[in-house]
Amino acid sequence: MTLDIANIRKDFPILDQKVYNKPLIYFDSAASSQKPLCVLKKEEQLHVEYYGNIHRGAHYLADQATNDYEAVRDLVKDFIHAKSREQIIFTKGTTESINLVAFSYGEAFVAKGDEIIVTEMEHHANIVPWQMMAERKGAKIVKLPFADDGRLEIELLDQLITEKTKLIAVAHVSNTLGTINPVKEIISKAHAKGVKVLVDGAQAMSHLKVDVQELDADFYVFSAHKIYGPNGVGIMYGKKELLSQMPPYQGGGEMISQVTFEKTTYNELPYKFEAGTPHITGVIAFGEAIRYLQNLNIEEVATYEHQLLDYATGKLLEIPGMQIYGTQKEKSGAITFNIEGIHPFDLGTMLDKMGIAVRTGRLCADPVMDHYQQPAMIRISFAVYNTLEEIDQFIDALKKLVAMLG
Amino acid sequence: MTIENIQQEIVEEFSIYEDWMDKYGYLIELGNDLKELDPKLKNDQHLIKGCQSRVWLAPEFKDGKIYFQGESDAVIVKGLVALLLRVVSGRTPEELINNELHFVDDIGLKQHLSPTRSNGLVAMIKQIKLYAVAYNKISS
Repeated sequence: MTLDIANIRKDFPILDQKVYNKPLIYFDSAASSQKPLCVLKKEEQLHVEYYGNIHRGAHYLADQATNDYEAVRDLVKDFIHAKSREQIIFTKGTTESINLVAFSYGEAFVAKGDEIIVTEMEHHANIVPWQMMAERKGAKIVKLPFADDGRLEIELLDQLITEKTKLIAVAHVSNTLGTINPVKEIISKAHAKGVKVLVDGAQAMSHLKVDVQELDADFYVFSAHKIYGPNGVGIMYGKKELLSQMPPYQGGGEMISQVTFEKTTYNELPYKFEAGTPHITGVIAFGEAIRYLQNLNIEEVATYEHQLLDYATGKLLEIPGMQIYGTQKEKSGAITFNIEGIHPFDLGTMLDKMGIAVRTGRLCADPVMDHYQQPAMIRISFAVYNTLEEIDQFIDALKKLVAMLG
Repeated sequence: MTIENIQQEIVEEFSIYEDWMDKYGYLIELGNDLKELDPKLKNDQHLIKGCQSRVWLAPEFKDGKIYFQGESDAVIVKGLVALLLRVVSGRTPEELINNELHFVDDIGLKQHLSPTRSNGLVAMIKQIKLYAVAYNKISS
Protein backbone atom coordinates (compact mmCIF):
# COMPACT_ATOMS: atom_id res chain seq x y z
CA MET A 1 0.00 0.00 0.00
CA THR A 2 1.25 3.46 -0.80
CA LEU A 3 -0.02 6.56 0.89
CA ASP A 4 -2.74 8.49 -0.89
CA ILE A 5 -1.55 12.00 -0.07
CA ALA A 6 -4.41 13.78 -1.85
CA ASN A 7 -6.82 11.88 0.34
CA ILE A 8 -4.76 12.42 3.47
CA ARG A 9 -4.82 16.17 2.81
CA LYS A 10 -8.61 16.07 2.99
CA ASP A 11 -8.25 15.06 6.63
CA PHE A 12 -6.54 18.41 7.31
CA PRO A 13 -9.05 21.10 6.31
CA ILE A 14 -6.75 23.89 7.50
CA LEU A 15 -4.39 23.19 4.60
CA ASP A 16 -7.05 24.06 2.05
CA GLN A 17 -6.93 27.83 2.28
CA LYS A 18 -5.26 30.91 0.90
CA VAL A 19 -3.10 33.23 2.95
CA TYR A 20 -2.29 36.65 1.51
CA ASN A 21 -4.20 35.43 -1.53
CA LYS A 22 -1.79 32.53 -2.14
CA PRO A 23 -2.45 28.83 -1.53
CA LEU A 24 -1.06 27.92 1.87
CA ILE A 25 2.05 25.77 1.98
CA TYR A 26 2.68 24.64 5.53
CA PHE A 27 6.34 23.79 6.09
CA ASP A 28 6.44 24.28 9.85
CA SER A 29 5.27 20.95 11.21
CA ALA A 30 8.38 20.60 13.36
CA ALA A 31 7.05 23.54 15.36
CA SER A 32 3.55 22.09 15.47
CA SER A 33 1.76 19.76 13.13
CA GLN A 34 -1.76 20.35 11.92
CA LYS A 35 -4.48 18.15 13.31
CA PRO A 36 -6.70 15.78 11.35
CA LEU A 37 -10.49 16.01 11.53
CA CYS A 38 -10.77 12.87 13.68
CA VAL A 39 -8.79 14.61 16.43
CA LEU A 40 -10.80 17.82 16.19
CA LYS A 41 -14.09 15.94 16.14
CA LYS A 42 -13.16 13.85 19.15
CA GLU A 43 -12.49 16.95 21.23
CA GLU A 44 -15.78 18.45 20.15
CA GLN A 45 -17.68 15.21 20.75
CA LEU A 46 -16.34 15.06 24.28
CA HIS A 47 -17.53 18.52 25.11
CA VAL A 48 -20.89 17.85 23.56
CA GLU A 49 -21.52 14.33 24.83
CA TYR A 50 -19.59 13.15 27.86
CA TYR A 51 -17.35 15.67 29.50
CA GLY A 52 -16.73 15.34 33.21
CA ASN A 53 -13.74 15.44 35.54
CA ILE A 54 -11.89 12.16 35.56
CA HIS A 55 -11.13 9.75 38.41
CA ARG A 56 -13.36 11.59 40.84
CA GLY A 57 -17.00 11.59 40.03
CA ALA A 58 -19.31 8.70 40.70
CA HIS A 59 -21.47 9.66 37.81
CA TYR A 60 -21.97 8.61 34.23
CA LEU A 61 -20.14 11.44 32.45
CA ALA A 62 -17.10 11.25 34.71
CA ASP A 63 -16.94 7.47 34.29
CA GLN A 64 -17.08 7.72 30.52
CA ALA A 65 -14.36 10.35 30.40
CA THR A 66 -12.20 8.38 32.86
CA ASN A 67 -12.47 5.23 30.80
CA ASP A 68 -11.45 6.97 27.61
CA TYR A 69 -8.66 8.88 29.32
CA GLU A 70 -7.17 5.73 30.81
CA ALA A 71 -7.60 3.89 27.52
CA VAL A 72 -5.27 6.45 25.92
CA ARG A 73 -2.66 5.57 28.53
CA ASP A 74 -2.81 1.98 27.29
CA LEU A 75 -2.68 3.17 23.71
CA VAL A 76 0.45 5.25 24.38
CA LYS A 77 1.98 2.32 26.24
CA ASP A 78 1.55 0.13 23.16
CA PHE A 79 2.54 2.95 20.79
CA ILE A 80 5.99 3.26 22.35
CA HIS A 81 6.05 -0.36 23.53
CA ALA A 82 6.39 0.39 27.22
CA LYS A 83 6.20 -2.51 29.64
CA SER A 84 3.38 -1.16 31.76
CA ARG A 85 0.77 1.60 31.80
CA GLU A 86 2.09 2.97 35.10
CA GLN A 87 5.13 4.20 33.22
CA ILE A 88 3.10 6.58 31.05
CA ILE A 89 2.69 9.98 32.71
CA PHE A 90 0.53 12.62 31.07
CA THR A 91 2.02 16.11 31.12
CA LYS A 92 1.28 19.29 29.19
CA GLY A 93 4.13 18.79 26.73
CA THR A 94 7.76 17.80 26.22
CA THR A 95 8.93 20.86 28.14
CA GLU A 96 6.93 19.92 31.22
CA SER A 97 8.03 16.30 30.90
CA ILE A 98 11.69 17.32 30.99
CA ASN A 99 11.11 19.76 33.84
CA LEU A 100 9.40 16.98 35.75
CA VAL A 101 12.32 14.58 35.27
CA ALA A 102 14.92 17.25 35.94
CA PHE A 103 13.20 18.17 39.19
CA SER A 104 12.14 14.79 40.53
CA TYR A 105 15.13 12.78 39.31
CA GLY A 106 17.36 15.58 40.54
CA GLU A 107 15.78 15.52 44.00
CA ALA A 108 16.18 11.75 44.28
CA PHE A 109 19.51 11.08 42.64
CA VAL A 110 21.64 14.19 42.07
CA ALA A 111 24.01 15.57 44.68
CA LYS A 112 26.56 18.35 44.86
CA GLY A 113 29.39 17.88 42.37
CA ASP A 114 27.45 15.45 40.15
CA GLU A 115 27.41 15.91 36.40
CA ILE A 116 24.71 15.89 33.73
CA ILE A 117 25.76 15.57 30.09
CA VAL A 118 23.68 17.61 27.65
CA THR A 119 24.37 17.65 23.92
CA GLU A 120 25.22 20.84 22.07
CA MET A 121 22.30 20.35 19.65
CA GLU A 122 19.53 20.31 22.25
CA HIS A 123 16.44 22.48 22.16
CA HIS A 124 16.42 24.99 25.02
CA ALA A 125 13.77 22.82 26.68
CA ASN A 126 16.37 20.09 27.12
CA ILE A 127 19.04 22.45 28.43
CA VAL A 128 17.45 24.98 30.77
CA PRO A 129 15.63 22.54 33.12
CA TRP A 130 18.94 20.72 33.70
CA GLN A 131 20.72 24.00 34.37
CA MET A 132 18.04 24.97 36.87
CA MET A 133 18.36 21.62 38.59
CA ALA A 134 22.16 21.81 38.52
CA GLU A 135 22.05 25.20 40.15
CA ARG A 136 19.76 23.95 42.86
CA LYS A 137 21.76 20.82 43.57
CA GLY A 138 25.23 22.24 43.01
CA ALA A 139 25.72 19.92 40.03
CA LYS A 140 27.50 20.65 36.76
CA ILE A 141 26.35 20.56 33.12
CA VAL A 142 28.82 19.01 30.69
CA LYS A 143 28.46 19.61 26.96
CA LEU A 144 28.63 16.80 24.41
CA PRO A 145 29.53 18.61 21.18
CA PHE A 146 28.50 17.92 17.58
CA ALA A 147 30.61 18.15 14.44
CA ASP A 148 29.89 20.67 11.66
CA ASP A 149 28.02 18.07 9.62
CA GLY A 150 25.52 17.63 12.45
CA ARG A 151 26.94 14.40 13.87
CA LEU A 152 27.09 14.01 17.62
CA GLU A 153 30.66 13.30 18.68
CA ILE A 154 29.67 10.29 20.74
CA GLU A 155 33.19 8.90 20.80
CA LEU A 156 33.87 11.69 23.34
CA LEU A 157 31.42 10.07 25.73
CA ASP A 158 34.14 7.70 26.91
CA GLN A 159 36.03 10.71 28.30
CA LEU A 160 33.02 12.79 29.30
CA ILE A 161 31.33 10.10 31.36
CA THR A 162 33.00 10.08 34.76
CA GLU A 163 32.03 8.55 38.07
CA LYS A 164 30.26 11.84 38.76
CA THR A 165 27.99 11.56 35.71
CA LYS A 166 24.39 10.87 36.62
CA LEU A 167 22.45 11.36 33.41
CA ILE A 168 22.71 12.16 29.71
CA ALA A 169 20.03 14.32 28.04
CA VAL A 170 19.85 13.84 24.28
CA ALA A 171 17.39 14.52 21.46
CA HIS A 172 16.31 11.52 19.42
CA VAL A 173 16.02 13.85 16.42
CA SER A 174 17.52 17.35 16.45
CA ASN A 175 14.98 20.15 15.90
CA THR A 176 17.54 22.19 13.97
CA LEU A 177 19.93 19.78 12.28
CA GLY A 178 17.43 16.99 11.68
CA THR A 179 20.07 14.47 12.78
CA ILE A 180 18.71 11.15 14.00
CA ASN A 181 21.02 10.55 16.92
CA PRO A 182 22.26 7.03 17.71
CA VAL A 183 20.40 6.99 21.00
CA LYS A 184 20.55 3.23 21.37
CA GLU A 185 24.33 3.33 21.23
CA ILE A 186 24.44 6.30 23.60
CA ILE A 187 22.19 4.50 26.06
CA SER A 188 24.27 1.35 25.98
CA LYS A 189 27.49 3.35 26.52
CA ALA A 190 25.80 5.19 29.40
CA HIS A 191 24.36 2.08 31.02
CA ALA A 192 27.73 0.36 30.89
CA LYS A 193 28.85 3.02 33.37
CA GLY A 194 25.64 3.17 35.36
CA VAL A 195 24.49 6.47 33.83
CA LYS A 196 20.82 7.15 33.04
CA VAL A 197 19.56 8.66 29.79
CA LEU A 198 16.65 10.95 28.99
CA VAL A 199 15.68 10.97 25.32
CA ASP A 200 13.80 14.00 24.00
CA GLY A 201 11.56 12.45 21.38
CA ALA A 202 9.63 15.62 20.44
CA GLN A 203 10.94 15.63 16.87
CA ALA A 204 11.09 11.87 16.50
CA MET A 205 7.66 10.52 17.28
CA SER A 206 5.90 11.50 14.07
CA HIS A 207 8.75 10.24 11.89
CA LEU A 208 10.16 7.14 13.56
CA LYS A 209 8.85 4.00 15.14
CA VAL A 210 9.94 4.22 18.74
CA ASP A 211 10.34 1.25 21.05
CA VAL A 212 11.42 2.40 24.49
CA GLN A 213 12.27 -1.11 25.65
CA GLU A 214 14.40 -1.83 22.63
CA LEU A 215 16.20 1.49 23.15
CA ASP A 216 16.37 0.74 26.86
CA ALA A 217 15.71 4.46 27.52
CA ASP A 218 15.38 5.46 31.14
CA PHE A 219 13.15 8.39 30.23
CA TYR A 220 11.51 9.15 26.91
CA VAL A 221 9.49 12.34 26.48
CA PHE A 222 7.40 13.87 23.69
CA SER A 223 4.48 16.16 22.82
CA ALA A 224 1.13 15.34 21.25
CA HIS A 225 0.97 18.52 19.17
CA LYS A 226 3.92 17.53 17.02
CA ILE A 227 2.32 14.23 16.05
CA TYR A 228 -1.07 15.41 14.83
CA GLY A 229 -2.50 15.62 18.33
CA PRO A 230 -3.86 18.49 20.43
CA ASN A 231 -1.80 21.18 22.14
CA GLY A 232 -1.17 20.97 25.82
CA VAL A 233 -0.59 17.23 26.04
CA GLY A 234 2.74 15.53 26.52
CA ILE A 235 4.11 12.19 27.63
CA MET A 236 6.79 11.31 30.11
CA TYR A 237 7.79 7.67 30.01
CA GLY A 238 10.13 6.43 32.68
CA LYS A 239 11.50 3.20 34.05
CA LYS A 240 9.46 2.02 36.98
CA GLU A 241 12.33 1.58 39.41
CA LEU A 242 13.30 5.21 38.81
CA LEU A 243 9.79 6.65 38.86
CA SER A 244 8.95 4.90 42.09
CA GLN A 245 12.00 6.40 43.80
CA MET A 246 11.36 9.91 42.50
CA PRO A 247 9.34 12.37 44.61
CA PRO A 248 6.29 14.10 43.10
CA TYR A 249 6.88 17.15 40.93
CA GLN A 250 3.77 19.08 41.87
CA GLY A 251 1.34 18.70 44.71
CA GLY A 252 -2.43 18.83 44.49
CA GLY A 253 -5.43 16.69 43.80
CA GLU A 254 -5.18 13.24 42.27
CA MET A 255 -1.54 12.75 43.24
CA ILE A 256 -2.31 12.06 46.88
CA SER A 257 -3.29 8.96 48.77
CA GLN A 258 -4.28 10.62 52.01
CA VAL A 259 -3.99 14.17 53.24
CA THR A 260 -3.93 15.34 56.84
CA PHE A 261 -2.41 18.55 58.10
CA GLU A 262 0.31 16.50 59.74
CA LYS A 263 1.31 14.35 56.79
CA THR A 264 0.30 13.54 53.24
CA THR A 265 0.94 10.24 51.55
CA TYR A 266 1.20 10.04 47.82
CA ASN A 267 -0.73 8.09 45.27
CA GLU A 268 0.68 5.21 43.24
CA LEU A 269 2.23 5.50 39.81
CA PRO A 270 1.30 7.02 37.43
CA TYR A 271 -1.00 9.32 39.43
CA LYS A 272 1.77 10.45 41.76
CA PHE A 273 3.03 12.64 38.93
CA GLU A 274 -0.33 13.90 37.70
CA ALA A 275 -1.43 16.62 40.09
CA GLY A 276 -4.56 18.58 39.31
CA THR A 277 -7.17 18.20 36.61
CA PRO A 278 -5.31 17.29 33.43
CA HIS A 279 -6.11 18.24 29.84
CA ILE A 280 -8.83 15.61 29.69
CA THR A 281 -10.21 16.35 26.24
CA GLY A 282 -6.73 16.80 24.83
CA VAL A 283 -5.51 13.45 26.12
CA ILE A 284 -8.56 11.62 24.81
CA ALA A 285 -8.30 13.32 21.40
CA PHE A 286 -4.60 12.45 21.37
CA GLY A 287 -5.72 8.84 21.25
CA GLU A 288 -7.32 9.59 17.89
CA ALA A 289 -4.06 11.09 16.61
CA ILE A 290 -2.16 7.94 17.56
CA ARG A 291 -4.77 5.76 15.84
CA TYR A 292 -4.60 8.01 12.80
CA LEU A 293 -0.84 7.64 12.59
CA GLN A 294 -1.03 3.88 13.18
CA ASN A 295 -3.62 3.51 10.43
CA LEU A 296 -1.37 5.36 8.00
CA ASN A 297 1.49 3.09 9.02
CA ILE A 298 4.39 5.02 10.48
CA GLU A 299 7.02 3.18 8.42
CA GLU A 300 5.34 4.29 5.22
CA VAL A 301 5.00 7.80 6.56
CA ALA A 302 8.72 7.80 7.36
CA THR A 303 9.62 6.60 3.87
CA TYR A 304 7.45 9.25 2.27
CA GLU A 305 8.80 12.04 4.46
CA HIS A 306 12.32 10.94 3.67
CA GLN A 307 11.50 11.23 0.00
CA LEU A 308 10.31 14.81 0.59
CA LEU A 309 13.48 15.55 2.55
CA ASP A 310 15.80 14.19 -0.13
CA TYR A 311 13.93 15.93 -2.93
CA ALA A 312 13.93 19.30 -1.13
CA THR A 313 17.61 18.95 -0.18
CA GLY A 314 18.59 18.33 -3.81
CA LYS A 315 16.55 21.30 -5.04
CA LEU A 316 17.86 23.62 -2.32
CA LEU A 317 21.46 22.78 -3.18
CA GLU A 318 20.88 24.08 -6.72
CA ILE A 319 20.53 27.59 -5.27
CA PRO A 320 23.83 29.52 -5.21
CA GLY A 321 25.07 30.46 -1.76
CA MET A 322 22.98 27.73 -0.11
CA GLN A 323 24.26 26.51 3.23
CA ILE A 324 22.43 23.58 4.82
CA TYR A 325 23.11 23.00 8.51
CA GLY A 326 23.08 19.31 9.34
CA THR A 327 23.95 17.01 6.48
CA GLN A 328 23.79 13.62 8.11
CA LYS A 329 22.49 10.69 6.12
CA GLU A 330 20.42 9.66 9.11
CA LYS A 331 18.16 12.66 9.09
CA SER A 332 14.50 13.30 9.57
CA GLY A 333 11.79 15.88 9.23
CA ALA A 334 13.57 19.19 8.89
CA ILE A 335 16.07 21.11 6.78
CA THR A 336 17.69 24.20 8.24
CA PHE A 337 19.58 26.58 5.99
CA ASN A 338 20.77 30.07 5.13
CA ILE A 339 21.50 31.70 1.80
CA GLU A 340 24.66 33.78 1.65
CA GLY A 341 24.00 37.52 1.72
CA ILE A 342 20.32 37.23 2.63
CA HIS A 343 19.01 37.64 6.15
CA PRO A 344 16.75 34.73 7.17
CA PHE A 345 14.23 37.15 8.63
CA ASP A 346 13.80 38.80 5.21
CA LEU A 347 13.39 35.44 3.50
CA GLY A 348 10.93 34.18 6.07
CA THR A 349 8.86 37.35 5.94
CA MET A 350 8.66 37.27 2.15
CA LEU A 351 7.91 33.54 2.01
CA ASP A 352 5.03 34.20 4.38
CA LYS A 353 3.66 36.79 1.98
CA MET A 354 3.87 34.15 -0.73
CA GLY A 355 1.76 31.80 1.36
CA ILE A 356 4.62 29.64 2.61
CA ALA A 357 4.94 29.07 6.35
CA VAL A 358 8.51 28.39 7.48
CA ARG A 359 10.34 28.90 10.75
CA THR A 360 12.99 31.58 11.06
CA GLY A 361 15.04 32.79 13.97
CA ARG A 362 17.20 31.03 16.50
CA LEU A 363 15.00 27.92 16.57
CA CYS A 364 15.11 27.69 20.37
CA ALA A 365 18.67 26.44 20.00
CA ASP A 366 21.12 29.26 20.72
CA PRO A 367 24.09 26.87 21.06
CA VAL A 368 23.47 25.60 17.52
CA MET A 369 23.36 29.19 16.20
CA ASP A 370 26.60 29.91 18.06
CA HIS A 371 28.22 26.73 16.73
CA TYR A 372 27.81 27.98 13.16
CA GLN A 373 28.15 31.65 14.19
CA GLN A 374 24.82 32.53 12.59
CA PRO A 375 22.42 35.10 14.04
CA ALA A 376 19.43 33.12 12.78
CA MET A 377 18.42 30.39 10.34
CA ILE A 378 15.48 29.23 8.24
CA ARG A 379 13.91 25.84 8.79
CA ILE A 380 11.48 23.96 6.61
CA SER A 381 9.90 20.83 8.02
CA PHE A 382 7.57 18.24 6.60
CA ALA A 383 4.68 16.09 7.63
CA VAL A 384 2.75 13.42 5.81
CA TYR A 385 0.41 16.01 4.23
CA ASN A 386 3.18 17.82 2.33
CA THR A 387 3.82 17.15 -1.34
CA LEU A 388 6.61 17.25 -3.91
CA GLU A 389 4.59 19.91 -5.78
CA GLU A 390 4.67 22.12 -2.71
CA ILE A 391 8.44 21.75 -2.61
CA ASP A 392 8.62 22.81 -6.28
CA GLN A 393 6.49 25.88 -5.54
CA PHE A 394 8.62 26.68 -2.53
CA ILE A 395 11.83 26.43 -4.57
CA ASP A 396 10.35 28.70 -7.27
CA ALA A 397 9.40 31.22 -4.59
CA LEU A 398 12.84 30.99 -3.06
CA LYS A 399 14.56 31.63 -6.39
CA LYS A 400 12.35 34.66 -6.97
CA LEU A 401 13.24 36.01 -3.55
CA VAL A 402 16.95 35.40 -4.00
CA ALA A 403 16.76 37.63 -7.09
CA MET A 404 14.79 40.22 -5.15
CA LEU A 405 16.82 40.25 -1.94
CA GLY A 406 20.27 39.17 -3.06
CA MET B 1 5.46 69.05 8.55
CA THR B 2 4.19 67.52 11.78
CA ILE B 3 4.76 63.92 12.83
CA GLU B 4 1.13 63.33 11.99
CA ASN B 5 1.56 64.79 8.47
CA ILE B 6 4.52 62.57 7.69
CA GLN B 7 2.70 59.49 8.94
CA GLN B 8 -0.20 60.40 6.63
CA GLU B 9 2.23 60.84 3.76
CA ILE B 10 3.71 57.37 4.32
CA VAL B 11 0.27 55.81 4.49
CA GLU B 12 -0.57 57.42 1.13
CA GLU B 13 2.66 56.21 -0.44
CA PHE B 14 1.87 52.66 0.56
CA SER B 15 -1.77 52.85 -0.48
CA ILE B 16 -0.84 52.54 -4.17
CA TYR B 17 0.48 49.00 -3.56
CA GLU B 18 -2.33 46.52 -3.49
CA ASP B 19 -0.21 43.41 -3.61
CA TRP B 20 1.79 42.28 -0.59
CA MET B 21 4.81 41.58 -2.72
CA ASP B 22 4.82 45.14 -4.07
CA LYS B 23 4.40 46.57 -0.59
CA TYR B 24 7.39 44.61 0.62
CA GLY B 25 9.27 45.33 -2.59
CA TYR B 26 8.99 49.03 -1.73
CA LEU B 27 10.08 48.37 1.83
CA ILE B 28 13.13 46.47 0.54
CA GLU B 29 13.93 49.39 -1.76
CA LEU B 30 13.78 51.78 1.19
CA GLY B 31 15.96 49.41 3.19
CA ASN B 32 18.58 49.21 0.47
CA ASP B 33 18.61 53.01 0.17
CA LEU B 34 19.08 53.61 3.89
CA LYS B 35 22.44 55.20 4.61
CA GLU B 36 24.81 52.85 6.39
CA LEU B 37 25.27 53.58 10.04
CA ASP B 38 28.68 54.95 10.99
CA PRO B 39 30.62 51.85 12.16
CA LYS B 40 31.61 53.77 15.28
CA LEU B 41 27.93 54.00 16.24
CA LYS B 42 27.22 50.37 15.37
CA ASN B 43 28.06 49.14 18.84
CA ASP B 44 26.41 47.28 21.69
CA GLN B 45 25.34 50.53 23.30
CA HIS B 46 23.05 51.24 20.37
CA LEU B 47 22.00 47.66 19.71
CA ILE B 48 18.37 46.71 20.20
CA LYS B 49 18.41 42.95 20.26
CA GLY B 50 15.50 41.02 18.79
CA CYS B 51 15.13 37.30 18.22
CA GLN B 52 15.03 37.51 14.46
CA SER B 53 17.17 40.49 13.50
CA ARG B 54 19.40 43.09 15.05
CA VAL B 55 18.66 46.80 15.04
CA TRP B 56 20.92 49.72 15.97
CA LEU B 57 19.57 53.12 16.90
CA ALA B 58 21.85 56.08 17.67
CA PRO B 59 20.48 59.44 18.88
CA GLU B 60 22.12 62.85 18.81
CA PHE B 61 20.66 65.82 20.68
CA LYS B 62 21.30 69.12 18.93
CA ASP B 63 19.59 72.53 19.28
CA GLY B 64 16.69 71.06 21.18
CA LYS B 65 16.01 68.31 18.65
CA ILE B 66 16.85 64.61 18.56
CA TYR B 67 18.48 63.32 15.38
CA PHE B 68 18.39 59.55 14.94
CA GLN B 69 20.45 57.23 12.80
CA GLY B 70 19.72 53.55 12.53
CA GLU B 71 20.33 50.29 10.76
CA SER B 72 19.45 46.60 10.80
CA ASP B 73 21.02 43.43 9.46
CA ALA B 74 17.71 42.47 7.80
CA VAL B 75 16.72 44.58 4.82
CA ILE B 76 12.97 44.57 5.53
CA VAL B 77 13.65 45.79 9.04
CA LYS B 78 16.01 48.35 7.51
CA GLY B 79 13.10 49.57 5.40
CA LEU B 80 11.00 49.92 8.53
CA VAL B 81 13.88 51.75 10.21
CA ALA B 82 14.08 54.14 7.24
CA LEU B 83 10.38 54.93 7.57
CA LEU B 84 10.66 55.35 11.30
CA LEU B 85 13.63 57.71 11.01
CA ARG B 86 11.71 59.80 8.50
CA VAL B 87 8.99 60.27 11.11
CA VAL B 88 11.03 60.73 14.28
CA SER B 89 14.40 62.20 13.39
CA GLY B 90 14.85 65.96 13.90
CA ARG B 91 11.92 66.26 16.30
CA THR B 92 11.82 67.87 19.71
CA PRO B 93 11.49 65.53 22.68
CA GLU B 94 8.04 66.97 23.34
CA GLU B 95 6.83 66.12 19.85
CA LEU B 96 8.03 62.55 20.28
CA ILE B 97 6.41 62.20 23.67
CA ASN B 98 3.07 63.62 22.56
CA ASN B 99 2.60 61.74 19.29
CA GLU B 100 1.59 58.15 18.74
CA LEU B 101 3.43 56.24 16.02
CA HIS B 102 0.61 54.47 14.22
CA PHE B 103 1.79 54.35 10.62
CA VAL B 104 3.28 50.84 10.77
CA ASP B 105 -0.13 49.55 11.73
CA ASP B 106 -1.87 51.78 9.16
CA ILE B 107 0.15 50.49 6.22
CA GLY B 108 -0.72 46.92 7.06
CA LEU B 109 2.59 45.90 8.58
CA LYS B 110 1.13 45.30 12.00
CA GLN B 111 2.72 41.86 12.23
CA HIS B 112 6.01 43.66 12.79
CA LEU B 113 4.59 45.15 15.94
CA SER B 114 3.56 41.90 17.59
CA PRO B 115 4.65 41.90 21.21
CA THR B 116 6.90 38.87 20.79
CA ARG B 117 10.63 38.81 20.35
CA SER B 118 10.14 39.36 16.63
CA ASN B 119 12.32 42.06 15.16
CA GLY B 120 13.02 44.73 17.67
CA LEU B 121 10.66 47.28 16.11
CA VAL B 122 8.52 47.54 19.21
CA ALA B 123 11.68 47.81 21.26
CA MET B 124 12.93 50.49 18.89
CA ILE B 125 9.80 52.61 19.26
CA LYS B 126 10.01 52.20 23.01
CA GLN B 127 13.67 53.23 22.93
CA ILE B 128 12.81 56.36 20.91
CA LYS B 129 10.25 57.35 23.53
CA LEU B 130 12.76 56.73 26.31
CA TYR B 131 15.36 58.94 24.61
CA ALA B 132 12.68 61.63 24.20
CA VAL B 133 11.83 61.50 27.90
CA ALA B 134 15.51 61.61 28.87
CA TYR B 135 16.40 64.53 26.60
CA ASN B 136 13.25 66.33 27.67
CA LYS B 137 14.55 66.29 31.24
CA ILE B 138 17.96 67.52 30.13
CA SER B 139 16.54 70.42 28.15
CA SER B 140 14.07 71.61 30.75
